[in-house]
Amino acid sequence: MLKVVSGADEAVHDIQDGMTLMLGGFGLCGLPEKCIAALVKKGVKNLTCISNNAGVDDFGIGLMLKQRQVKKMISSYVGENAEFERQLLSGELEVELIPQGTLATRCMAAGYGMPAIFTPAGIGTEVAVGKEVRNFNGKDYLMEMAFDADFAIVKAWKGDTMGNLVYRSTARNFNPVMAMAGKVTIAEVEELVEAGEIDPDHVHTPGIYVHRIFKGENYEKRIEQRTVRKK
Amino acid sequence: MLDKEGIAKRIAKEIKDGYYVNLGIGIPTLVANYIPKGMDVVLQSENGLLGIGPFPFEGEEDPDTINAGKQTITILPGSAIFDSAMSFGMIRAKKVDLTILGAMEVSEHGDIASWKIPGKMVKGMGGAMDLVASAENIIVAMQHVNKAGESKLLSKCSLPLTGINCVKKIVTELAVLQVLPEGGFKLLERAPGVSVEEIKAATAGKLIVEGEVPEMVI
Repeated sequence: MLKVVSGADEAVHDIQDGMTLMLGGFGLCGLPEKCIAALVKKGVKNLTCISNNAGVDDFGIGLMLKQRQVKKMISSYVGENAEFERQLLSGELEVELIPQGTLATRCMAAGYGMPAIFTPAGIGTEVAVGKEVRNFNGKDYLMEMAFDADFAIVKAWKGDTMGNLVYRSTARNFNPVMAMAGKVTIAEVEELVEAGEIDPDHVHTPGIYVHRIFKGENYEKRIEQRTVRKK
Repeated sequence: MLDKEGIAKRIAKEIKDGYYVNLGIGIPTLVANYIPKGMDVVLQSENGLLGIGPFPFEGEEDPDTINAGKQTITILPGSAIFDSAMSFGMIRAKKVDLTILGAMEVSEHGDIASWKIPGKMVKGMGGAMDLVASAENIIVAMQHVNKAGESKLLSKCSLPLTGINCVKKIVTELAVLQVLPEGGFKLLERAPGVSVEEIKAATAGKLIVEGEVPEMVI
């Protein structure tokens, strides 16, 4: 298949200023760190980034924020980033905070070809302002639109040359639903195998959703909150 | 009066054998330490896990395995991993039996404010709005009064809301209270050594006291 590309630089080569990107990961877990590094190098600007979090100051989307490449963040929680806070308070950065389940399900809707979803999350709160409310069986639901993203960039543990993906542990998080939702989907993987080497029953994301795939080298996989117990 | 561990211990008594439970960040996380031994309880983490285990031993941290607070954790035998859409799907579909979370304010109608203070840096609601909008069994773990000494149990929340008409029960350092469907905080139990008068004084919303209020057993 023609899906295998040489690396992150080739995978992101046609991402243009002003585009909307989805980036998988929860905190720093399951983050497409190679593509983020390539986007920082490429210097593409005015991006709208849909991602559950905004990274930390020196890792994840925080690296793109530092270079002022992000115009708008659509996230559910943006806690641990001082540069983010500075840009938000100075008005340089636009931020849309949405409930985490709404974020995931708006991705899912895009991947399933549905224009909108109905969710009770946010009813009676400022999240509902200006949105259509429908009542089903006595309960109010908000209509939330499917996302429309130019690129989805995800990280998987293993992929094959057909673009089939397998995730590992909680690094799965938003990656499968975002992989399904991009007009173009880029997958970076720790291990790239030949077609046939992944049991079809074990595929999490079918290759039909994946347009470009490459093997990333030397994953840093930084831990945000290292928490341990004593032996 | 209870400390944070005491609040967690009292809430743990609400957990039943076979429950799937979602624990929020802060005091709710401590509840995991007091689930009675021998009880089959599965903890859900909204980043996509059923079966949260204890923190890993030093040197055994796995960057791919974290909880919703982004802490490294372990995964128990019999666990399941899934994506974020399915995680909130099971929450929305009311498959999770009990949700325990913190709050800044709760109203006598069960409204909750927990994510935003105007004028302060807003970090986001995370999964809290999804949880409170769908869960049928929500217990709030919080302090009865804020740092300024003002009651957090109000007739109407003053802070931006996370959800409406959703909180069923509240456990504080002073009391266990039930939010009545018709409105009002019904006093169910007093913390050891705390009088009804003290609870009244710390509750700005409508407090309902019927007969003798027992002291809680923890």
